[in-house]
Amino acid sequence: MSNVAVSVPKAVLEFKSTSLTVPVLILTGSDGKTIEQQIKDKVAQAPEFFKHSPLLVDLQKLNAQHADLAIDVLIASIRQQGFMPIGIRGGTDSQNQVALSLGLPVHALHGGNVPLNSKPEAKVLSMPEIEDPASSVDDSSASDSPQNNGIENKLIDHPVRSGQRVYARGDLIVTASVSVGAEIMAEGNIHVYGTLRGRALAGVLGNTAARIFCSDLQAELISIAGIYQLSDDLGSHAPHKPVQISLDKQTLLIKDI
Amino acid sequence: MARIIVVTSGKGGVGKTTTSAAIAMGLAKRGHKTAVIDFDVGLRNLDLVMGCERRVVYDLVNVINNEASLKQALIKDKRCDQLYILPASQTRDKDALTDDGVERVLEELSKEFKYIVCDSPAGIERGATLAMYFADDAFVVTNPEVSSVRDSDRMLGILASKSRRAERGEEPIREYLLLTRYSPDRVKLGEMLSVDDVQEILSLHLLGVIPESKSVLSASNSGTPVILDEQSDAGQAYADVVARYLGEDKPHRFIEEEKKGLFSKLFGSR
Repeated sequence: MSNVAVSVPKAVLEFKSTSLTVPVLILTGSDGKTIEQQIKDKVAQAPEFFKHSPLLVDLQKLNAQHADLAIDVLIASIRQQGFMPIGIRGGTDSQNQVALSLGLPVHALHGGNVPLNSKPEAKVLSMPEIEDPASSVDDSSASDSPQNNGIENKLIDHPVRSGQRVYARGDLIVTASVSVGAEIMAEGNIHVYGTLRGRALAGVLGNTAARIFCSDLQAELISIAGIYQLSDDLGSHAPHKPVQISLDKQTLLIKDI
Repeated sequence: MARIIVVTSGKGGVGKTTTSAAIAMGLAKRGHKTAVIDFDVGLRNLDLVMGCERRVVYDLVNVINNEASLKQALIKDKRCDQLYILPASQTRDKDALTDDGVERVLEELSKEFKYIVCDSPAGIERGATLAMYFADDAFVVTNPEVSSVRDSDRMLGILASKSRRAERGEEPIREYLLLTRYSPDRVKLGEMLSVDDVQEILSLHLLGVIPESKSVLSASNSGTPVILDEQSDAGQAYADVVARYLGEDKPHRFIEEEKKGLFSKLFGSR
């Protein structure tokens, strides 16, 4: 359904957060020549691997020694060696200013131990973020994302229809039914306050403590941390009764609530 | 602005075209200017059910390709001057439908008509998704058997995510359930799902139950929308559907087994 020209423009984008793994260059010395030489040596070991690689520059250790370094020179040198710097962290106010003037974002330090002289706004980023389930738009700025640990509970208040898939990075709560042929997945627990007829997979990243709760279990498949049971195995387990499903070693336990 | 209604189901042969013809005629009979569009390009049927197959000159694809104007392509119904039919092309396939073209046609129709009924083809491919994309209301036609119910469920999922209203974040499409080919006798024998069974799975607003009826087949064959057969149970059921859609409060009929010779009992239960 692309190319629909309408007077009210439809949404062509959305903001979301993501986390990615990027190489970090942690500086412990401030001598420009030495830094350049050591980077060169490193790149020589695996030139293809480092070619066009994004790079985050970590200045925390350097600044702890109160050693100063010209950020613009450093960035230019890094670029020359084929890296694509994507920002700095742990910098001083003046270093941050230089980075921003070079078009480089200033990232927060992990764990919230922000150096005294860096801006306080940064510490929000390292806190777990709970997204408003009603909107898929995450308005935290894009540069924040690498340190977002991504717990994201989801609330669905309409039936999950056949063919639909829902994935929650935290707990998933469905206040309606889940149809046959629908698939709901969560890294945390799953709650279904209607009839569960589709597939429900809790703890999909291996969380064996995750549970599934539902008010009527007629599922095609239930799974916790990869241990699953099909509807055939569920047999006549308490239909029309609220149950909870948990994992005990390698077995799924279904208990009345 | 017109209200755009899509008649859809996912599964084929459940009564989409019969329903489209009946409700379009029903709305027009009540004085609302109505257009009914056949989106089943390549397998057009609506013109047959509407009894205007010999008057088709231009079709939807011609209008989309700017080969004919909407005025030229619209066929005025001979029985009701408030009803117009826009037939599908039989010689093309669904790829001939473009997003922009369909939007333009609907926009143009919206200026003149009160209701636009889109008769969706079966399946979840291009023709079907385009027919529902611009809809305001959806009539989900379902037979009381498991595969039809599941396909309708799938269709409802698509309605919720791939419509213009969904993409713009507007108020979602209003979804209504129409249970067709319903036979209370067979429900009693356990051969068919009951209204309650279907409702439990789909949890939709039930607009009406159309009983399995010989009058539907004979109406289709003679090119008369079944709603015009006021003697038939199916015709009455469709008239109720139109009334309920327009906001009237009508009790559901044809759900219980019919007791021979006690026809009045059905009306007595009001």
